[in-house]
Amino acid sequence: MNFRDLFYYFFNFKFFIITLPDLLRGLLVTVEIAALSLSLGFVLGLVLAVIRVTLRHSGSSRFLRILDLPLVLYVDVLRAVPPLVTLVVIYYALPFIDITIPRFWAAVLTFVVILSAFAEEIFRATIEAIDRGQVEAARSLGLSYLQSMACVIIPQAFKIALPPLTSRMIAVTKDVSLASVIGVADLLKKARAAQSLYANPTPLFSAALLFTLLFLPLVRLSMYVEKKLAE
Amino acid sequence: MESIIYNFFNIEVMIRARYLLWLGLQVTLKLAFVSLLFAVLVGLFLAVIRSLHIRLLNILIIIYVDLFRALPTIVLFMLVYFTWPYFGISLPRYWSAVVALTINGGAYFEEIFRAGIESIDKGQTEAARASGLSFTQTMFFVILPQAIQVVLPPATSNALELIKTTVLASVIALPELMKQAQQAHGSLANPTPLVMAALIFLALLWPLVRLTGYLERKFAK
Amino acid sequence: MNKFLVEIDNLHKYFGKNEVLKGINMSIRRQDVVCLLGPSGAGKSTLLRCINRLEEPTSGSVYIDGEEITGHGADLNYMRSEIGMVFQNFNLFPHLNALENCTLALIKVRKMRKQEAQQRARDMLRQVGLENKADSKPKELSGGQQQRVAIARALSMNPKLMLFDEPTSALDPELIGEVLDTMIDLAEKGMTMIVVTHEMGFARKAATRVSILDHGLILEDNTPDKVFDAPEHPRTKEFLSKIL
Repeated sequence: MNFRDLFYYFFNFKFFIITLPDLLRGLLVTVEIAALSLSLGFVLGLVLAVIRVTLRHSGSSRFLRILDLPLVLYVDVLRAVPPLVTLVVIYYALPFIDITIPRFWAAVLTFVVILSAFAEEIFRATIEAIDRGQVEAARSLGLSYLQSMACVIIPQAFKIALPPLTSRMIAVTKDVSLASVIGVADLLKKARAAQSLYANPTPLFSAALLFTLLFLPLVRLSMYVEKKLAE
Repeated sequence: MESIIYNFFNIEVMIRARYLLWLGLQVTLKLAFVSLLFAVLVGLFLAVIRSLHIRLLNILIIIYVDLFRALPTIVLFMLVYFTWPYFGISLPRYWSAVVALTINGGAYFEEIFRAGIESIDKGQTEAARASGLSFTQTMFFVILPQAIQVVLPPATSNALELIKTTVLASVIALPELMKQAQQAHGSLANPTPLVMAALIFLALLWPLVRLTGYLERKFAK
Repeated sequence: MNKFLVEIDNLHKYFGKNEVLKGINMSIRRQDVVCLLGPSGAGKSTLLRCINRLEEPTSGSVYIDGEEITGHGADLNYMRSEIGMVFQNFNLFPHLNALENCTLALIKVRKMRKQEAQQRARDMLRQVGLENKADSKPKELSGGQQQRVAIARALSMNPKLMLFDEPTSALDPELIGEVLDTMIDLAEKGMTMIVVTHEMGFARKAATRVSILDHGLILEDNTPDKVFDAPEHPRTKEFLSKIL
């Protein structure tokens, strides 16, 4: 096996060019799933966190604090079970109880709920870490509970939550390629299909290159944002 | 409701699938344990080398770490598994999985250990030695306790992630827990094994999730 | 207009089994400057915080200008917007600058337009002597300055009543004076104030009334001269001798 062979098999320029358009279509699907999952998961996580904080600190009402329990279950289960398992259960198991979701949306749903679980924990921890005095000051000025949350507490919590949140969002985005396992025509699926078709692993390496080009700047960007916020 | 029990919590199917799942669990545990061990060693090794501040080596290590933290693990799995045949080496699935998990895990552990090493103030060693402690004593009583404190929360979190990632081996047809569950699901035409696999993972990993949270709270600065 | 601005009627507060307020009765007139003094743990802060229901009384009532704030139908947010509170730890909003700290409630609660709110906020900052710090974030200000901004924030809402919970206890000694001066100025302008403090000098100078609390009960409630120079209750004498 010499250098020329290596290039023929793994970095074959001809195959790279031929497969590129198809791979880019796959990349688009990957990005679509990621964009939907990240935005919806983020919002859902924040909403759940606010709900949980309200339930947990409702002082007098034991009933309300018990309502927290299903949410604890939701969050713990989705963080403990491997994403691929969750994905497979949602796509393959739900049809047995007459809930059939098309692949693309099954993938989106999976990553939305997984991210929401991680985001909820991060937001909740940061919200609860904010000094009680902030809430007291806001309420004593006459701001309602929701106004205090929205204008005083959440902006502060957000700054602290951003670093762990962004690294988790990147992790979820990488997991999006798992969608190929249930047949979604994302970048990885296209790459594998092309690889089988041409009996040459170059498409896989092309895909790896595209993934790296996509994620490397994201990873660097998040590290930069982390550093900026620490000031 | 009955439909849910019949399809997801079917006792008869559970009984029939249990052996298959047990085999899968064993593979998963072996894979997790071995990969974790290697990944920690690789990460530790690289972090220590990095602390020597040799420019060329550092650049190589940074490239390695950035590359394999950016590349999705599933892609890495496939790259490792599908490229070996072209070299005429046939790497068994199990070891392909170990290699992929080690490369990926190693990159993350390197960052964790590096942060741990860098977090130790130089003054600590100076103060310890100045008060008469030997090198080993300094290591054991001053440096390592502090380093472990910094390293433990993210390390357990990462170990948790690695164990979850063993599931990816199913895409290269390694008969770990999820693959076996899918197998059983296929042959028994009932998704209960999938639910069982999920529950087993839950039982396995939930304590780790809790432990990570506890450690993060305990050692938060 | 009610005769009394604040009426406290048989207020009890339990924290678990511990009775912290054992039946407080007080009536406060407009323009009264009341200082709550007493040993630690006497319940002074708790009493103060019950007035705007930051602490929920276990039993008893509090009336603000004739309206019962402790009642079931009370519009708590509205009533709170008419009571200003200044905290020991300032509790300024760190992500907002001084001006924004003052305008937030004006805009969100009073529904004022931004320009109007900013004008009012600047007036209040000027009153506490910090007009030039309007754009500064709390972390750029000294402790004394932060507390004065906190006072301006409370004043921006044009409250009927100002509550002060140990406003100078968290300050370095050289910064206490500027805050106390601001409070004295406020008192002279006719604001009704209830102040929990350890600053006896302030009590002597600015208070129209001094109440000594101990173990959840009011021991003395009189003008400063009478309380400091001719206390009636033996425990008051004991307490005063320790701090004066």
